[in-house]
Amino acid sequence: MSTDLNAPPALAATSKWIEERTGASAAVKEFGRKIFPAHWSFMLGEVALYSFIVLVLSGTFLTLWFHPAMGETHYEGPWTPLKGVEVSEAYASTLYISFEVRGGLFLRQIHHWAALLFMAALSIHALRIFFTGAYRKPREVNWIVGVGLVAMGMAAGFTGYSLPDDLLSGNGLRIIDGLLKSIPLIGTYLSFFLFGGEFPGTDIVSRLYSVHIMIVPALLIALIGVHLMFVVIHKHTQWPGAGHTEKNVVGEPVLPTFAAKGGGFFFMIFGLLSAMAGLFTINPIWNYGPYDPSPVSAGTQPDWYIGWMDGFLRLLPGWMEFYVFGYPISLNIFPALLAAAVLFGGMVVWPFIEAWISGDRREHHILDRPRNAPTRTALGVAVIIWYCAMWAAASGDLIAVFFHMSLNDMIYVFRTLFFVGPVIGYIVTKRICIGLQRKDREIALHGFESGEIIRLPHGEYQERHKPLDEHERWRLTAFQTPSYVPAQPDARGKVSGAEKARAALSKFFYEDRVEPVTKAELDEAHAAHAVEGHGSTGELEH
Amino acid sequence: MSSNQHSGSTAGELEVVNGFENPGLPEHKPRITDVEPAAEKVAERQIAAWFLLSMVGTIWFIVSYFLFPLDGQIGSVRMQNTMLGIGLTVALFSIGIGIILWAKTLITDAEVSEDRHSIPGSEEDQAIAIEIFNQAKNESGIARRPLIRNMLIAAVAIAPLPAILVLRDLGPLPGNKMFETLWGPGVRLCKDTGGVPSVETPIKASDVTIGSAFHVIPEGMNKSEDPLNEKAKAAVLLMRVDPEQLNTKPERESWQVDGIVAYSKICTHVGCPVALYEHQTHHLLCPCHQSTFDVTNHCKVIFGPAKRPLPQLPIKVDSDGYLVAQRDFTEPVGPSFWEVHTRETESR
Repeated sequence: MSTDLNAPPALAATSKWIEERTGASAAVKEFGRKIFPAHWSFMLGEVALYSFIVLVLSGTFLTLWFHPAMGETHYEGPWTPLKGVEVSEAYASTLYISFEVRGGLFLRQIHHWAALLFMAALSIHALRIFFTGAYRKPREVNWIVGVGLVAMGMAAGFTGYSLPDDLLSGNGLRIIDGLLKSIPLIGTYLSFFLFGGEFPGTDIVSRLYSVHIMIVPALLIALIGVHLMFVVIHKHTQWPGAGHTEKNVVGEPVLPTFAAKGGGFFFMIFGLLSAMAGLFTINPIWNYGPYDPSPVSAGTQPDWYIGWMDGFLRLLPGWMEFYVFGYPISLNIFPALLAAAVLFGGMVVWPFIEAWISGDRREHHILDRPRNAPTRTALGVAVIIWYCAMWAAASGDLIAVFFHMSLNDMIYVFRTLFFVGPVIGYIVTKRICIGLQRKDREIALHGFESGEIIRLPHGEYQERHKPLDEHERWRLTAFQTPSYVPAQPDARGKVSGAEKARAALSKFFYEDRVEPVTKAELDEAHAAHAVEGHGSTGELEH
Repeated sequence: MSSNQHSGSTAGELEVVNGFENPGLPEHKPRITDVEPAAEKVAERQIAAWFLLSMVGTIWFIVSYFLFPLDGQIGSVRMQNTMLGIGLTVALFSIGIGIILWAKTLITDAEVSEDRHSIPGSEEDQAIAIEIFNQAKNESGIARRPLIRNMLIAAVAIAPLPAILVLRDLGPLPGNKMFETLWGPGVRLCKDTGGVPSVETPIKASDVTIGSAFHVIPEGMNKSEDPLNEKAKAAVLLMRVDPEQLNTKPERESWQVDGIVAYSKICTHVGCPVALYEHQTHHLLCPCHQSTFDVTNHCKVIFGPAKRPLPQLPIKVDSDGYLVAQRDFTEPVGPSFWEVHTRETESR
């Protein structure tokens, strides 16, 4: 940085000192005026990032007092209901943090609330990326990094809430033990290796601790770094709009606008989490008691982002376990692990499958409006319903109590929803998308309803439709969607089986595509209006 | 440094899509703070006020830290937590609102357009990269010397094996552990009073009235090496049902005492304690995943994800009138596992 004549001497000297040692001006030049488009839906990832910063901060404080050990000790703290009770060091130190460290309960609660918000923001951010097609070339790799972040986030959450060694989380670990044991051939060994012998053993808390405070956070930080690096390399996507092209990015520069808004938003998220931690109790482990393999409280359920797997465990009927030569194949249990593999695996391969079906290998920096990709949007909604059916099933017992319904009926309801819900969601969403696309066409071709009623010379009343201005029309018309491509012969003139499958999928995806309005169509519509002579030609000209 | 290198209102060609020409960015409309000095002044004062409020929040946090001490009662914990939370909320949220107000009212809101660069490098750069790799290949001779290359690959490939081997001692092999519990001939059934009771209270058959249920642990559990591990396998539910209602298999006639039956409390689904006993229907319900077992029919599964019935503990009465086990469970307790049917359970 050359010396700025307007800068105060001390500042100029400092920046010169830094520049001569770091060459920081190159970074400022690169990042200082980087453009970030402004839209509320682009803030979801920021919420996740800021929650993560709060997690690292609050978690670091918690490590100062938490003892990740399962040695038995007699509780002698101020919480009278547990006086003299034999508890593990992990549980005792969690009580110590809650009741004896000033601000300790606040730290625990902000850490837990931030974890819930982190996973929520991460998930909704992933949905935003999906529904707008932001994972398309060149961003496929970053999408996969994002899937890794969701999986790591789940791992961080589970290992974290299992640490206090309380009754609720202990039963959660016991479910993990049962899940592992159900895996054919190696399950028993996996369980013994994870718990250092029989469940519960005395190793699991310290092992989860090293996973929770070192391995998973290191991976999360690495993945977040890669994720953001790719945002810099690719530059941000943008919504379709006037002045937006595939070759530019329109928005606010990092310095000063985006940095100010992002920084301010960080403080707002931190403040919001502080309010939650200050006002709303979460995970009151002193009410649950220390882990004991015999009791369990009614209405147990995991943190929300693990719920869908727990719910799936509830939906699988017992008859799905069968025996081959006396060896159990517990299809009533371990498919909960497979469900995670299916969901995350499906997310990873999705961008490549879609590109294969559509044959679209171009770069995309302008987002799809979800309605303009009806089949994708409908499939996304189907997966959301599938997920939510499992997720809500994890609260089936509480829902049954609340609505005075039979517990068994609730399970039947969710089993039905598991299969039928996605299909209905798919059909309804697709119809809504196509309907919205047709409405867009209508508005682009014939203008919007102005609310002005006019009376024609022969007495007829009409509502005047006014033409869109060119900026608004661009938003509705400037998109291209893939269309059905029948099976193509290869170089040797043969149509391969894979190509036939692609063509079948292409038909399923794009058969009922609604064409975007073209300039020629619009001109034709104008001409028609002029011929009809409904007195509105003047309105449609501009 | 000039920002024009990275911005410029006409960056990027205007594309034509579906015959329409991109009309370009809409004209920027000034905000009231851009044109009214008075409004600008008001905004400035508002922002300053938010930052001032933030300082009040920080000070309130510090004051609360001392003003609301912890006395070990839950009320004091809640009071302090709320006050600290309010302090930090005001401190942080106000900074956030202040900065965003600043950005939204005073910092220019004109949108800027930046050109995208093609993501692949220029052909020249790509050629240079390939050239560098080729040069490295030639200079190292990695292609010409397959012997050392392949040996290196092999050596690096097996080098992580020690790390994996050391993981072997994460845990012992299962051995017979899954097939044995503390139950055995003559072991008394004691009340589970929570955790690992230092004083164990054996249960007399006469104490078990019809309709009652006991949570049970084996006598001597507190002297075992890993009491919680033992409890995780040996926990039992003891119920007395009207013998008329019990549907007993002939070979299990002798496993009960006048309608007093004992079943493993560990769910055969994924191992949660089957802790809910319905006195009216004699059903046992697992609160975790709602597997339901029918006590009157050897605890077979009547609903939910579990498959195997809860194992029954054969019991009898000893000479002092206490309930004791006849032997260990005749099958493994808890969730199904691969080896579940490979051997008989035995008593230690």
